[in-house]
Amino acid sequence: MATVTMTVNGKSVSGEVEGRTLLSDFVRNNLNLTGTHIGCDTSQCGACVVHVNGKAVKSCTMFALEAEGSSVTTIEGMANPDGSLGTVQQAFQDNHGLQCGFCTPGMVMSAAALLEENPNPTETEIREYLEGNICRCTGYHNIVKSIQAAAAAA
Amino acid sequence: MYDFALQRPQSLNEAIEALSAEGAEVLAGGQTLIPTLKNRLASPDVLVSIGGISELQGVSETDGTVSIKAGTTHGVVAATVESYPALASLAGNIGDPAVRNRGTIGGSLANNDPSACYPAAALASNASITTNKRTISASDFFMGLFETSLDEGELITQVDFPVPDAANYQKFDQPASRFALVGVFVAKYGNDVRVAVTGASEDGVFRWSEAESALASNFSSSAIDGLEVDSEGMIEDIHGSKSYRANLVKVMTKRAVAAC
Ligand SMILES: Cc1cc2nc3c(=O)[nH]c(=O)nc-3n(C[C@H](O)[C@H](O)[C@H](O)COP(=O)(O)OP(=O)(O)OC[C@H]3O[C@@H](n4cnc5c(N)ncnc54)[C@H](O)[C@@H]3O)c2cc1C
Ligand code: FES
Ligand code: FES
Repeated sequence: MATVTMTVNGKSVSGEVEGRTLLSDFVRNNLNLTGTHIGCDTSQCGACVVHVNGKAVKSCTMFALEAEGSSVTTIEGMANPDGSLGTVQQAFQDNHGLQCGFCTPGMVMSAAALLEENPNPTETEIREYLEGNICRCTGYHNIVKSIQAAAAAA
Repeated sequence: MYDFALQRPQSLNEAIEALSAEGAEVLAGGQTLIPTLKNRLASPDVLVSIGGISELQGVSETDGTVSIKAGTTHGVVAATVESYPALASLAGNIGDPAVRNRGTIGGSLANNDPSACYPAAALASNASITTNKRTISASDFFMGLFETSLDEGELITQVDFPVPDAANYQKFDQPASRFALVGVFVAKYGNDVRVAVTGASEDGVFRWSEAESALASNFSSSAIDGLEVDSEGMIEDIHGSKSYRANLVKVMTKRAVAAC
């Protein structure tokens, strides 16, 4: 076991982990931040996307120890300080961008990373950016609409 | 996944030292290695993560050469390489954004997946692959399916690409894996044309020499109209038969030449 220390959603945290402990397991099991979902655990679906030093990554495909000293943001860090929904989250709610909600944390994290890089993406750019995020419910249409609305609201 | 010790050296020398231990293996972006470990297809005792080593990060462009340090991610290559647009665009179409934020050029070349994109660029450009021990020309580097000429514990540190006069990469996506079903990289250096094909052969990336000769005397997509690719030795799976892949090699080569 080794000790890992990182900043998660603005707070410094540390915990005991094995070499093989995934970042997704660390945030879910050690920190009880269960908003990060595990859909496939094989790097395909994107439900587990978090930001590490501002970059979207699949937390099921990174070890917790690799995030030593990093700044990590999970879906729990996307709300406003008063607990109300952040801009991207609100846009998903307003535009019916989710049905079962399983893919949504990863969708929101990918969307936020896209808008950070490209504040006014075209529909094609949005669809390309979501290539690694799979949704079984919505058919993607309202997810794209939500992201367009979030871009317009920002 | 079997357990292992994860080390994070901060310098190249420490990493090379750590890799000399029995049962030690490099961890770069983990986008191939972590899924492999989850399937228990590898069981290293020690993983040496090179992510924290600044000497292994970055791109520089001088005198017609693009030099990329081994730990540079696909995302960084896509966003920074200016003098070799076909290479930047290849990097920008690997997998998806999250994969590109972690996956590295060194990991992609060392892994030599038969459907990976970078091996095609390296072979078509006759890139030089530098390790902690030597420099290997791309023509001598790829040794078939997932095999390279790297020795145990040998670490790729840098890859140098001579910038061609014209080049293009055409990837026929396999939409489920997001790898190439077939990908063709064409690069033209003066009268010398190199055509490297990924995704198609059971022996991994290869050069289509008939197309190269035809294109050397007439650099236009019609120059390969009369050529046929032998379907013997092509990959066959649920996504495409041997003859389908053989035909795609020709189609993608024509598209790449037309787009040069
Ligand atoms: C969903 C998904 C889609 C993908 N799509 C594509 C695609 O379209 N095209 C494509 O080409 N690839 C694709 N990939 C693979 C991706 O590009 C990987 O990043 C790459 O193959 C491995 O790089 P890595 O840095 O992640 O290496 P790792 O997974 O860390 O390592 C892979 C292997 O290389 C060795 N290694 C790593 N670095 C070095 C080094 N510097 N020197 C010596 N050995 C080293 C490791 O020991 C290991 O054996 C995809 C992956 C995923 C998960
Ligand atoms: S759970 Fe990580 S990509 Fe599916
Ligand atoms: S809303 Fe159900 S998987 Fe996307």
